[in-house]
Amino acid sequence: MAEAAESPGDPGTATPRPLFAGLSDISISQDIPVEGEITIPMRSRVREFDSSTLNESVQNTIMRDLKAVGKKFMHVLYPRKSNTLLRDWDLWGPLILCVTLALMLQRGSVDSEKDGGPQFAEVFVIVWFGAVTITLNSKLLGGNISFFQSLCVLGYCILPLTVAMLVCRLVLLAELGPINFMVRFFVVIVMFAWSIVASTAFLADSQPPNRKALAVYPVFLFYFVISWMILTFTPQ
Amino acid sequence: MAAADELAFHAEFEEATNLLAQTPDAAITRSDQLTPQGHVAVVMDSGGSYGADDEVESDKAALLQEEKQQPGFWTFGYYQSFFDVDTSQVLDRIKGSLLPRPGHNFVRHHLRNRPDLYGPFWICATLAFVLAITGNLTLVLAQRRDPSIHYSPQFHKVTVAGITIYCYAWLVPLALWGFLRWRRGVRERVGPYTFLETVCVYGYSLFVFIPTVVLWLIPVPWLQWLFGALALALSAAGLVFTLWPVVREDTRLAATVLLSTVVLLHTLLAMGCKFYFFQPLPLEHVAPPHQAMSQPPNTLPPTLPRSMAT
Repeated sequence: MAEAAESPGDPGTATPRPLFAGLSDISISQDIPVEGEITIPMRSRVREFDSSTLNESVQNTIMRDLKAVGKKFMHVLYPRKSNTLLRDWDLWGPLILCVTLALMLQRGSVDSEKDGGPQFAEVFVIVWFGAVTITLNSKLLGGNISFFQSLCVLGYCILPLTVAMLVCRLVLLAELGPINFMVRFFVVIVMFAWSIVASTAFLADSQPPNRKALAVYPVFLFYFVISWMILTFTPQ
Repeated sequence: MAAADELAFHAEFEEATNLLAQTPDAAITRSDQLTPQGHVAVVMDSGGSYGADDEVESDKAALLQEEKQQPGFWTFGYYQSFFDVDTSQVLDRIKGSLLPRPGHNFVRHHLRNRPDLYGPFWICATLAFVLAITGNLTLVLAQRRDPSIHYSPQFHKVTVAGITIYCYAWLVPLALWGFLRWRRGVRERVGPYTFLETVCVYGYSLFVFIPTVVLWLIPVPWLQWLFGALALALSAAGLVFTLWPVVREDTRLAATVLLSTVVLLHTLLAMGCKFYFFQPLPLEHVAPPHQAMSQPPNTLPPTLPRSMAT
């Protein structure tokens, strides 16, 4: 019975298995009396939807989630019209990216406490509350994207800007000057455009057609503010 | 049944369209409070004329929506009704706020009983960020002239700008609305603008400051004052022309006091922003920046390193 219930099949298979297709795999020993237990081999196939994920090793769990996050990173870097980001949303990627960005952006020393760049908490708040506000805005305008899907897309599309932050920090190790600034400016502008294109590719279809600009403008503002924070980052 | 109602609506809208075509100064108001059937009432108002077709369409859709129950304030649909605008409508309202005309009431002509929260919210957000960013850019320009000024991102100004702009754009309309309601008594149907309409007027009137703030980057002082005065004049004129039909029935004293307070608060906002966020060029002798009285108390002292120049 348990096997039959499992037969709807993997999430990955395209064709659904017919019900009770696994019955032929049950082996019943002839020697077992009528009373007693019938042993059914359960190891022949393992389904992920069951509680068997509790029994798998931690490495399996982590690798599976990391692979999902990595796949979504690839989708952001090469934005195509695909539904992967939307269908299998997760918030691990945005969390990793936001923490990385905030760690790299925070000002280090205490002497510039009033005048300096953003603190870790400020970056964190801006990213997450910005994403929540944009999501609420797009839902209020009548978009048919779910709350967490939108958060997922907006968070993942920070990836180009995080890459820009890494590049900027490397470039800042060289001597400061106008060339230094121009290189950083160019990198940030390109990554900003990439973020906008990636997020628009995923988000624009969910809006009614006469309100697309209204929904896309806050995304533009959001990534613009993040790009500004990256560009004005000055090491101590 | 429904078809008959639709035919009735079509007939009424044909009549309204014809009337609009003949008298281009008319404005259609929804008198749904008087006749719950959604009868169209054409009110003669001195206003400009736009393409009648788009407004008839939006009025038709709006009237058809009016028949549904207004959802409760705890539901999502209630708030969705405040974001029921299209891109073209938002752009039209922005244009209307940029070009105020004397008889041209922003609320009646552009909002048309459909205030939205999208405009005020995002215009305030944009203005707050643009203020902080351009203010920071002036620090860069000042550092070029005087290398002893130390550049810093000054991120706390984003917080200050945000709080200032949002408090101004939401608390001042609240006070204004409350005051107008008090002066008019409790007659709700014939009352002044609703709270949302007042917020809308203020929000859209702040739009003109966004390009002005960007233009304040140009380091020519008299040009900065010129742009500031121009933006202030446009913005305050929009507010005054919108409020005038409401206050002119009041006593002259109350009307003048109200309008001058509105203009004064607007001026204080503009000047406070200019002095606090913008670093003047170090070759001038400028008095230390002072905070505007109407701003919420700012706990951070001004951090512009003016004394470094000496």
